[in-house]
Amino acid sequence: MSFLSYLINGISLGSIYAIIALGYTMVYGIARMLNFAHGDIIMVGGFAIFTVVSTMGLPPLLGIFVAVVVCTVLGVTIERVAYRPLRGASSLAVLITAIGVSYLLQNVALLIFGSNARQFTSVVTLPNLKLADGALTISSVTIVTIISCIAIMAALTSFINKTKVGQAMLAVSEDNGAATLMGIDVNRTIAITFAIGSALAAIAGALLCSTYPSLTPYTGSMPGIKAFVAAVFGGIGSIPGALIGGILLGVIENLSKAYISSQLSDAIVFSVLIIVLLVRPTGILGRKINEKV
Amino acid sequence: MAMLEVKNLGISFGGLKAVDDFSVTIEKGQLYGLIGPNGAGKTTVFNLLTGVYRPDTGTILLDGMNITGKKTIEINQHGIARTFQNIRLFKELSVLDNVKAGLHNHYKYSTVEGILRLPRFYKVEKQMDGRAMELLKVFDLDGEWDYKASNLPYGKQRKLEIARALATEPKLLLLDEPAAGMNPNETAELMETIRFVRDNFNMTILLIEHDMKLVSGICERLTVLNFGQVLTQGETSEVLNDKRVITAYLGE
Amino acid sequence: MNKSKVRIQNSITYAIVVGCWILVQIMDKTGHMTSLLRGILVPLCMYSILAISLNLTVGILGELSLGHAGFMCVGAFAGAFFTKCMENVLPSLQLRFFLAILIGAAVAGVCGILIGIPVLRLKGDYLAIVTLAFGEIIKNLINVMYIGLDKNGFHFSIKDTMSLGMDETGVVIIKGAQGITGTPKAATFLIALVLLLITLFIVLNLIHSRTGRAIMSIRDNRIAAESIGINITKYKLMAFSISAALAGVAGVLYAHNLSTLAATPKNFGYNMSIMILVFVVLGGLGNIRGSMIAAVVLTLLPELLRGLNDYRMLIYAVVLIVMMLFNSSPKAIELRSVMLDRFRKKKDSAAKEAA
Repeated sequence: MSFLSYLINGISLGSIYAIIALGYTMVYGIARMLNFAHGDIIMVGGFAIFTVVSTMGLPPLLGIFVAVVVCTVLGVTIERVAYRPLRGASSLAVLITAIGVSYLLQNVALLIFGSNARQFTSVVTLPNLKLADGALTISSVTIVTIISCIAIMAALTSFINKTKVGQAMLAVSEDNGAATLMGIDVNRTIAITFAIGSALAAIAGALLCSTYPSLTPYTGSMPGIKAFVAAVFGGIGSIPGALIGGILLGVIENLSKAYISSQLSDAIVFSVLIIVLLVRPTGILGRKINEKV
Repeated sequence: MAMLEVKNLGISFGGLKAVDDFSVTIEKGQLYGLIGPNGAGKTTVFNLLTGVYRPDTGTILLDGMNITGKKTIEINQHGIARTFQNIRLFKELSVLDNVKAGLHNHYKYSTVEGILRLPRFYKVEKQMDGRAMELLKVFDLDGEWDYKASNLPYGKQRKLEIARALATEPKLLLLDEPAAGMNPNETAELMETIRFVRDNFNMTILLIEHDMKLVSGICERLTVLNFGQVLTQGETSEVLNDKRVITAYLGE
Repeated sequence: MNKSKVRIQNSITYAIVVGCWILVQIMDKTGHMTSLLRGILVPLCMYSILAISLNLTVGILGELSLGHAGFMCVGAFAGAFFTKCMENVLPSLQLRFFLAILIGAAVAGVCGILIGIPVLRLKGDYLAIVTLAFGEIIKNLINVMYIGLDKNGFHFSIKDTMSLGMDETGVVIIKGAQGITGTPKAATFLIALVLLLITLFIVLNLIHSRTGRAIMSIRDNRIAAESIGINITKYKLMAFSISAALAGVAGVLYAHNLSTLAATPKNFGYNMSIMILVFVVLGGLGNIRGSMIAAVVLTLLPELLRGLNDYRMLIYAVVLIVMMLFNSSPKAIELRSVMLDRFRKKKDSAAKEAA
């Protein structure tokens, strides 16, 4: 029974990674950049909810709504101010800028909210699920997380395949020069991608903080990096890859915490990344991109 | 013995045969042209010859030695140097250092000797400077030796690429569209330089070019590539008058 | 030829370091030295060494490493471990410290090679994230490591002190997350400064040599470098491991400037790697003297202006973003070249008028 409960918690954690990984993978696929600040947008989402729910005492759903709006605006602004001017610059320059943005978000949050951990009130208020005469308890947050993840995946997949904007995103990720020639506004498409990724980060923030209810300016940084690992694991640029990678990573992390060593679980997760990149650099579902000579 | 002997070379990318059954023989000291419409597979041939791609079929003999499937750096050490269609210079390095990088495998001292500034460092660096300046002089670049490579005008960047390739002391020099983006005066001057290099460095040269004036002016023999296959090959004047070649370029 | 220009530039760099030493001596003699300032002299040298060594990877080799603090960590623990073990064998602290520096550099350098072999096959963003991963793994491993020494030799465990199974003569040297306690404080400003000079000597001479040219040619155009017969793997690995070894030296310095050594996210974590990266970027990618000056200025400023301390990290972040936008955005580059042309023309016409 305890194994089952570790496994379910792992899937739940993995679902959060998967939602975050979507943001990485879409941005990477379309703008060919690693948005290092993506993890910190989760933290901003967390603080937005915290402010609305705990400080102002308003209902959690309103909190999530505010967080989604804040994060979307923030994501689009970051793209416009910091990343767009660097389009065409070296990937080193873009990555360093993204690290700068990540640092900036953390430190602004540090100035506003301080470094002490805030107690986050879960946005899920449903009762926990007890199975097998109480031998197995699954918390409601866990269930909501897994369901949200599946719903988001389904919605996103149909958005990309069925809508015009989604098709434009596919076209830009395929070849942004050709997409421009076909009359697609590449800048607008990239901005939309950032908007979607950031909105998802807000939701991930709500779920993450409900599961691990302590909120600091650094809350988003580690899950952000791990979600990137998940995105690479599943194959960067691939939406189903983000799901598979995220869940596998969450399960690996939770099981190694339970059965190997809780101190070494991060090291194990990172080892997975290294092994994947060495054995199959394009991840489980990724495609190979050759450099043109 | 021929300097380069290529037999039945082929490669496909995802089912598309980019180069198919390509054979060519180039004698020592020859100035050989590889022409064909855009997308015919000319640069792919260069990439196969220099080990950027591994051929699916065929063999490449350089001066009698089988170099098929070897890595780029080994092939360079065996004696093939090249330039690139889209210029690839070491942009942040000086003009002189670009050529000195080309001398890397011929003038050696160890890293430790370099860090500790032992006598050999000064001796070899001095030799390198001398040799590099000689090469720059050939291409009339000696006046700009301390410029950053990216600050050179376009035509001179192309020349610097050739100088850097020559610095590796190749037996065979591959030039990928050396006259691209040059005006007629510059092209005429380049033709002189290529001839000069062949005569004075005893070089065998294979070049890809679209400028027919340059091709007919300096190439002794030609191979025409179309859809990855050899359309025809032979003496320049014969090939250029071949009906099939004209059709391939202009369409039916 | 341009050798003399290089020589003058390098001499200026060395002169700055020596000048700083003289300045500190004068301040000391005239009683202007505060204890606060005295306390950060060694860290200033350490940060400079870290920035210079990271610049070798980022600016000269052109690969972004986010795990530099990991190599520093390895060096610190290897060095401190050595001085601690040899306490009774080699009574001379100075000699032990000297050997510890060599050992720290060697261990970090070897780690650099071991990590570099797989990592350097990757490109760009992947390489950056994997170096970050390695940095975190190193920190994690050291935090669960227990090493003890008794008359039977070394004992090793990743659980706790008890499971080391030592007899009564046993001494715990590395105690998991608590690290190494009681490291001797052997680092002085003079030693730190000499190490900084040696670092400068190695890196500057390396850059302006055959090896440096090969490394920079890989940075500027890997495919062209291969086409002229330069062994990419060899030179990448060389730059990476020398950079790691020098970070190891900085680590040994760090370890011998404090009485306890523990691997926390603050000193050896990813934030430290980023801070060093900020120095490198602000000082200019590939600009060794710039790295050193940036490290000193960015460390001194918040210390001297206490009010700024809260905003320190915020300022770093803004510096990073603004520097990158200013230096690398295609529009900014264009704008600068236009301005430069205009300036040149003005100068030309001024010269003509004068003539």
